[in-house]
Amino acid sequence: MTDFTELGVKAIRDGVAGGDFTAREVAESFNAAVAGAAQLNAFIVTTPEHALAAADTADKARADGKPLGAMGGVPIGMKDLFATHGVQTTAASHILEGFSPQYESTVSQNLWDAGAGMLGKLNLDQFAMGSSNETSHFGNVSSPWQKAGSNAAMSPGGSSGGSSTAVAARLAPAATGTDTGGSIRQPAAFTGICGIKPTYGRCSRWGVVAFASSLDQAGPMARSVEDCAIMLGAMAGFDAKDATSLQMDVPDWEAALSSDLKGKKVGIPREYRMDGTDDAILASWEQGKEWLRDAGAEIVDISLPHTKYALPAYYIIAPAEASSNLARYDGVRYGLRDLPEGAGLQDMYAETRAAGFGDEVKRRILIGTYVLSAGFYDAYYTQAQKVRALVSRDFDNAWNECDVILAPTTPTASFPLGSLNDDPLTMYLNDVFAVPASLAGLPAMSVPAGLNPDGLPLGLQLVGKAFDEQTVLNAGLAIQERAGFAAKPEKWW
Amino acid sequence: MSVDKQTVAKIAGLARIKMGDEQLEALVPELNNILDWVEQLGEVDVSGVEPMSAVIPNALRLRADEVDADPKTGGGKRDEVLANAPAAEHGFFGVPKVIE
Repeated sequence: MTDFTELGVKAIRDGVAGGDFTAREVAESFNAAVAGAAQLNAFIVTTPEHALAAADTADKARADGKPLGAMGGVPIGMKDLFATHGVQTTAASHILEGFSPQYESTVSQNLWDAGAGMLGKLNLDQFAMGSSNETSHFGNVSSPWQKAGSNAAMSPGGSSGGSSTAVAARLAPAATGTDTGGSIRQPAAFTGICGIKPTYGRCSRWGVVAFASSLDQAGPMARSVEDCAIMLGAMAGFDAKDATSLQMDVPDWEAALSSDLKGKKVGIPREYRMDGTDDAILASWEQGKEWLRDAGAEIVDISLPHTKYALPAYYIIAPAEASSNLARYDGVRYGLRDLPEGAGLQDMYAETRAAGFGDEVKRRILIGTYVLSAGFYDAYYTQAQKVRALVSRDFDNAWNECDVILAPTTPTASFPLGSLNDDPLTMYLNDVFAVPASLAGLPAMSVPAGLNPDGLPLGLQLVGKAFDEQTVLNAGLAIQERAGFAAKPEKWW
Repeated sequence: MSVDKQTVAKIAGLARIKMGDEQLEALVPELNNILDWVEQLGEVDVSGVEPMSAVIPNALRLRADEVDADPKTGGGKRDEVLANAPAAEHGFFGVPKVIE
């Protein structure tokens, strides 16, 4: 008998469409896997009935001879940042605990319309602020991976750490993620899976709990490049309800997948060779160049001179936008209200927000409030926006010399939970390679490259031109075919 | 630039987050570490550079001048809007008394 939880998006979709098995059998297998993995804490709520209902719809459509959709019969995990009608949506915060959206986010609706079902809502760093999945009100998520010879709980990355854990642990064939400064790519790298952040504006932000609106972008996380291409196609599309949605057709990325890179130039940014990067990461980067050369690409050295300034600019811009976006949590319209006896309106705001937000969220709101405050706005915020323009210009210049950029996704492999909590800055540095593409709004993907000497996965990152997800996916496919990454975490949960 | 406890208290007030003395004191070095680190942006020559707020070229659209063109964002949703309110009364959001 097939172990359905080993199947990916494409295999499930094609198997259901071809009558090899039913969508219900698949959904039941994944529901059981989810139910048996409470120790990983990947889900905040589970919705087995939603997955089964979607599966039955797919099975009935097949019986009736109707088309099944791009995700027909595929159960997925939904990051708990997407509003789901009637299903608690929290952004992993106490302030939204119990919030039951009266509407469905565009991205999740698109997925249901394509035939997908929902296994549950996935844990994440609170309001997507974090790189280790340790800031959730609902507890840390553990990676299914452990260091060789140790049983210390490892970080699944963040903020989409519930998503990365669920996909790596075979609790879901795929999951949604969101990426503001690396929150799809870094967790994908930490757990040996694929994840792509498309061009800013490809996926609607309507119904996605806002963190930093000029950076937030949804994308798929799955175990293969093909599965990412399929699911991204189902998620993306113009949405009039999002003012920054791209009004352009969604290409058929799946159909155009090709690992033949003849005629393509791959840029290697010299500024990404930073102090503190693991030797194993540097070795995998070298290996990545070889793989892409083998696929027919020409490797060229490029320069992105403002790389060093991308992360500090991000840590002004993202908190600034967050401080504004999170002003909506006031204890009046939805979510938590903390109203001490006899308190007035202002006290209610301050008490509610003190009780409802976690420490990292408060820290970022304060930084954002400070850099936007009178007297500091130009020195911090305007300066950061100008640096952002320069980071973006670096990429524009690079595209004169190459078609896609290859770099590591992260400076290190996963780390034990709790090991980087002493200083917020050391945690921020984890996203040093991921943030430049976020600031520039470019499509970027992480694909597994191999294991380090501790037996932990390492990812390689591909960054493409705006709107050119295809070249990113194709280069990712070329690496996937050559890396032959088949390692999976041993089940301990 | 660096912040002291009084400044952190002021920012927390602006952000409407109640904080005790201990929290404020803990935040002073944390915020200063971060602010010291972002200070390096001052080194960058940005003369003649326009601040960037929208990364991907995209024009804002006008929609048809039509009431409730999209039912999801149109009107007539009072009950849905109030469904998650901590205190809803008589079809309104309830708040503590604001007029003495």
